[in-house]
Amino acid sequence: MTAKISIRHVQKSFRIRRSPGQHSEHQHALSDIHLEVRQGEFMVIVGPSGCGKSTLLDLLAGLTRPDSGQLLLDGKEIAGPDLDRGIVFQQYALFPWKTALANVEFGLEAKGISRRERRETARHYISLVGLSGFEHRYPYELSGGMKQRVAIARSLAYDPEVLLMDEPFAALDAQTRETLQSELLRIWEATGKTIIFITHGIDEAVYLGQRVAVMSSRPGRIKQIVDIPFQSRRNEEDLRSNPEFVRLRHEIWELLKDEVSRAQEQEKQKTLDSFGGKETLLKGGA
Amino acid sequence: MAGGRGETLILQEKKSLNWGWPLAQLRKAIKNSIVILAMLVIWEAAPRAGLVNTTFLPPVTEVAAAWWQLLLSGDLAEHMGASLARSMGGFLLAILISIPLGLAIGWWKPVSEYLNPLLELMRNTAALAILPVFILLLGLGETSKVAIVLYACLFPLLLNTISGVKNVDPLLIKSARSMGLSPVSLFRKVIIPASLPTIFVGIRQAGASSILVLVAAEMVGATSGLGYLIQYSQFSFLIPQMYAGIITISVIGVILNFLLVNLEKRLTGWKQSYRE
Repeated sequence: MTAKISIRHVQKSFRIRRSPGQHSEHQHALSDIHLEVRQGEFMVIVGPSGCGKSTLLDLLAGLTRPDSGQLLLDGKEIAGPDLDRGIVFQQYALFPWKTALANVEFGLEAKGISRRERRETARHYISLVGLSGFEHRYPYELSGGMKQRVAIARSLAYDPEVLLMDEPFAALDAQTRETLQSELLRIWEATGKTIIFITHGIDEAVYLGQRVAVMSSRPGRIKQIVDIPFQSRRNEEDLRSNPEFVRLRHEIWELLKDEVSRAQEQEKQKTLDSFGGKETLLKGGA
Repeated sequence: MAGGRGETLILQEKKSLNWGWPLAQLRKAIKNSIVILAMLVIWEAAPRAGLVNTTFLPPVTEVAAAWWQLLLSGDLAEHMGASLARSMGGFLLAILISIPLGLAIGWWKPVSEYLNPLLELMRNTAALAILPVFILLLGLGETSKVAIVLYACLFPLLLNTISGVKNVDPLLIKSARSMGLSPVSLFRKVIIPASLPTIFVGIRQAGASSILVLVAAEMVGATSGLGYLIQYSQFSFLIPQMYAGIITISVIGVILNFLLVNLEKRLTGWKQSYRE
């Protein structure tokens, strides 16, 4: 088994300043992340909010560097952002001054592909995500689900090795989300891309992932990796009511339960520290 | 090819939205003009009825006749030409200087943090308050007038350009960076188009002040221009002619703003939201 992506003992911390005037302190975002993703695999990473999922994604994208450890793509260290990885963000990140088609062409432009070929490829991916006929719409003329389809097409168009998805469906309504989930599986099967998909939804994780990596609350670690043994999800009529689905869902829920409440505690503490700094100081003194 | 067709389809759609309802269009036209028409009627009637002194406020038809006379004699064209040359000169010069400078300042955040208080201060220094300085340094000729317009246009443009660059959605930058864009293409393909709407706010503000400031400047020391025409007419007690000059300036301001708004719509049409 060769790993497409290897994340080896990666650590990352940030300097944060809780409130103005206070000394900045180190906060561990990720501690000792270790994860291997196979070629063509659909890997889902699920964790409580603030566990460093997005930090991990930034590292994979090459937008930030780890404090220690290594991130490898095809055995080579990730040195910076490049077109061998495509990112889909929760907030779409479409360029509002470009039409859907021009947005999809954007990455191809960066790759230095000729105008005609660009147009052809972009059209192909627009139709792959089911948006034929909307090529010349501006983002403001599209619904959230359509915007996310454009964003997916944009990331696929420049043919990256790996697709990194950062809670891509979190901002959508439930029905659109379900549609896009099954669409994504279809696109994954059609393109054979390696996908790393970050979410905080357990259902989504079990539905999409071949494996689900459960992360702990901050500092984020990989708590456990759960295999999801469904063969073809798309043939199943209502996978979510399958007893095996329910069992796996519960298993991940059990793994996450404590982490979520701990993450919420941390969140509360952080809010107290930044808005009521004096009170906590007094309490600390007493 | 197909791209062109799609665009024309959307254009047609937009057109049908705008023109599909001639009745609504008519109603809008009435709404827009009724108050102005009423004001013109009052302007005509009040002096004739003896409610105001005809010497100081002649009826609007007399003003119109004076305007027509000015047009026929060629005086109007001459003064308008002088004014437009000055204000457009200063305005365009300001665009040439401010936008590149603002883009650069906005991009280097520390620079903008240091410079911003000074720019705020200078923007809030009324341009006309500095006019004596300009006259002192540059004399009464064209240079000081173009300079004062330049000064008045510079700061709204500069500040808006800086804030446009600074407020580009960081997610767009992140997204472009993740596609491996070099800093230069990031600037060209993301920063500039994203800040264009804010830059245009500055352009419109500058366009308005280019005319306001110029007219005042022309009243102080000039031998041509619409400001001079108004001032001179008042001194010579040619009151209808004075009003004709004032109206000409208003109309120029409205036309300039209309042109800029249209240009803005054309360039930043993607920003049109559900408001309309």
